Amino acid sequence: MDKLIEHLWPILKQITGYIYPNEIELHWGILIVIYPYITGLVAGAFILASLVKVFNVKEVQPTYRLSLLTALAFLIVAPMPLLAHLGRPERSLEIFLTPNRSSAMAMFGFVYAWYLMAVLLLEIWFEYRRDLIIWAKEGKGLKKWIQRFIALFSTDTSEKSVEFDKKAVKAITVIGIPSAFLLHGYVGFIFGSVKANPWWSSVLMPIVFLFSAIVSGIALVLLIYMVVTLVRGEELDIVCLDKLASFLFYVMIVDFSLEALDFLHRLYESEESIKILAQLISGKLFTSLVVIQLLIGMILPLIALASVKLFKLPVELRKHIYFVSTLLIQVGIFATRWNVVIGGQLFSKSFRGLTAYKMTLGGAEGLLVSLGFLILPLLILYVLVKILPPWQVKVKISSN
Amino acid sequence: MSLPSAIFFSKFNSFFDNSYEFSYNVTPLTMRKVKLLWNRIPDQLKRLLIPVILVIGLFIAMRHLFVPSDFGKYGHYRASAVEEVASKEIKYSGHRVCEECHDDIVEIKKNSYHRNVACEVCHGPAAAHTQDPEGNQLLAPTGRGYCPLCHEYLPSRPTGFPQIVSESHNPMRACISCHDPHDPKPPTVPKECEACHADIARAKALSHHVYLSCTQCHETPPEHKVRPREFRPKKPNNREFCGTCHSKDAPSPKEIPRVDMATHGERYMCWQCHYPHLPEVH
Amino acid sequence: MDKIDFKIKRREFFGKFFFVAVSVLFPGALKGKKDEKGHFVRNTLREVSWGMGIEIDKCIGCGRCADACKKENDVPPYPFFFRTWVERYIILEGGEVIVDSPNGGVNGFKPRAEERKIIKSFFVPKLCNHCDKPPCVQVCPVGATFKTNDGVILVDSKYCIGCRYCIQACPYGARFLHPETRTAEKCTFCYHRIVKGLVPVCVEVCPTQARIFGDTKGRASPLVRFMRMNKIRVLKPYLNTEPKVFYADLDMEVK
Repeated sequence: MDKLIEHLWPILKQITGYIYPNEIELHWGILIVIYPYITGLVAGAFILASLVKVFNVKEVQPTYRLSLLTALAFLIVAPMPLLAHLGRPERSLEIFLTPNRSSAMAMFGFVYAWYLMAVLLLEIWFEYRRDLIIWAKEGKGLKKWIQRFIALFSTDTSEKSVEFDKKAVKAITVIGIPSAFLLHGYVGFIFGSVKANPWWSSVLMPIVFLFSAIVSGIALVLLIYMVVTLVRGEELDIVCLDKLASFLFYVMIVDFSLEALDFLHRLYESEESIKILAQLISGKLFTSLVVIQLLIGMILPLIALASVKLFKLPVELRKHIYFVSTLLIQVGIFATRWNVVIGGQLFSKSFRGLTAYKMTLGGAEGLLVSLGFLILPLLILYVLVKILPPWQVKVKISSN
Repeated sequence: MSLPSAIFFSKFNSFFDNSYEFSYNVTPLTMRKVKLLWNRIPDQLKRLLIPVILVIGLFIAMRHLFVPSDFGKYGHYRASAVEEVASKEIKYSGHRVCEECHDDIVEIKKNSYHRNVACEVCHGPAAAHTQDPEGNQLLAPTGRGYCPLCHEYLPSRPTGFPQIVSESHNPMRACISCHDPHDPKPPTVPKECEACHADIARAKALSHHVYLSCTQCHETPPEHKVRPREFRPKKPNNREFCGTCHSKDAPSPKEIPRVDMATHGERYMCWQCHYPHLPEVH
Repeated sequence: MDKIDFKIKRREFFGKFFFVAVSVLFPGALKGKKDEKGHFVRNTLREVSWGMGIEIDKCIGCGRCADACKKENDVPPYPFFFRTWVERYIILEGGEVIVDSPNGGVNGFKPRAEERKIIKSFFVPKLCNHCDKPPCVQVCPVGATFKTNDGVILVDSKYCIGCRYCIQACPYGARFLHPETRTAEKCTFCYHRIVKGLVPVCVEVCPTQARIFGDTKGRASPLVRFMRMNKIRVLKPYLNTEPKVFYADLDMEVK
């Protein structure tokens, strides 16, 4: 057993003030930071996709299918860090088999399954069905069979059936938007409903999570779209970029206001926990909260995107601003998740002291595995793009 | 349509045709209506139905296979978990079991200060010993390390609890050479009050009252030193007591601070504002 | 208006009359019902609901409770895992509060050299509060932690998935993850002892009877007497967890 607790001894020396003795081990580490980050990207990417279908924003059409595939790639990975962090991963199925109805976490199984199967997979299937049939007809070998299988061996490309596909996509998107809100709002609720923890316990938590999710999702799709288009050697659709950046800007304003409201509210109500939280923010969380999340991840990109709106900047410069801003936003949103998850465990529930988090390099809950979970969705996306190209290939088909 | 799937679907359809033939209690007309309705469902939806049914079927099958049979018997948990927790082995047998054999000790402890200190506090977990007394001998601490866990002076301990400062309390001698742990009477009646009232003695040491003996204010029956809680010292109960030194006309040395007993402090007793053991503070 | 009032009263009256009539005619109908599992239905027989009283003014901070608990319950012998522990509070002149619990009090407490005068100081034993509204049970995704019908909160170590949501949800820091089984663990009120008529081991070994164990709903028991004779408080009452560990003479600095 000595080996199992080796990592806890050095933390004893980093404690300031008094913490309950059981609080020395910090339980939700980097993996639980990644999990809301990834689900946030899923929800954000999907909401972007639905802009096209439900709100008829024609400009962002080039990113529609890419958004869907991005959402799917990240959604497949989303439960993996959760699974890896469990003490007994082999028992994880119990969440589906005997879910405790009063537990926000138990609902994960169902919200996830609903979102994956009833929304995302269905929408992608209806969206791609006709193209799959056509590609399979012309294709060869394994790919042809994969595409036929994914189309569930459907062959009907008649006007009527394609018309039905379109209707179905629209209907699913309408269901999908509240589902995406549910998916990420519920992640916020997992934290926001813990009354024992004043850093988490807040009604605003699900909403703040949601808007930061939309910010990160739009930023990610914008980034992937730019990278993929450049790699393919095609021309960037600047109208689409401008529109996306414009949406990004407005959502960031909302997100920023919500976070500011949350902060002011805590400061003004100044409850029992305010002393220890102030200590936390000005000390152990200063770099990740004030510098990275607020300055680098929020204010800097906001200024950059605002300057695009205010001044008529040349196209090349705009592209560069978008590229850098979306990168910074990703870093910022990741820091947001870090500050919620890790920050919420750095102070003692006795409100008398702070503990420390020491990330390991190896191990199931280490940095390497975490990086793997961040790279894996990109690999899955690569495979998905190969099987389901989000852009028109070879034969010119207008899918919309 | 590919060949295997075509066969599958033709079978699927013929299944419905057959069922029409076999359903005696359904009129052909309603069956035809159902069939019409079925045909109106787009082909895509029919195909999607297969994975949907597969997923739901898998879910139901897993619930039947993997949910423990006693889950939910009393509440949303495994009923046998209660028995599993309850069947854990006991290590501390409890003092009643000890007393069944060691009646000599019971006799000694009966009226001692340690009568409420359970045997296993000092002797450790005894369940194994109760099963096999010879094979599992119990030990008791004999050095100077154990008794101070309770009896070392700490300002956090409640007043009146017997405490010593082990550095100065007969250093190097084992506690049990003077005190029988089963009946820990002091070998000699403590001469000084601070043997037990160390925190008061410390406060008083900082005060001008250091020169007053405890008994000057606390009239103490001699039995208090042997049975402290049954024979309690007295406390002053009127202002005049303090006035014997501190009133304007008291025949005490000049340097003692004086107050006008008639006006100072109104209706309050002296010790409601001044802490008699350290009156200099506040 | 009067008429309506009268109607309501009449309805109430008939309701009560009906209740009395039924209970007179069929005495068995309204009490002592068993459900199909043979368990008595709530409020029909005297229920047991275990609880603990702690008299702060009796605790001498010897830490024998924390030590015995580790031995009785095979709690890993490291300073990171405790089912019960003892905290020391030292309040200095000027109001500064110093709290410590070296190794949970298992090795007792050593005197501290404080620069300023101590205004007051005391020990506070802590353990799982066996809340009547336990947030840990509420959040457990799979039903691996639960409240027994005698009011004790237990963990099913064969069913726990080790997600640690319960550890986050406990406001009292009473839970930890067992490093070997990788499942949540906490005080069980020594359930294996109390079902056999013994008291929890911390109560057994407390040399000053600072801990009192019993049925909170009993008629005459040391615990009920303790609750009647003292002004009692629970920890973090504003969270509405309704703890069943009751403290007498608890200072406001204790959280």
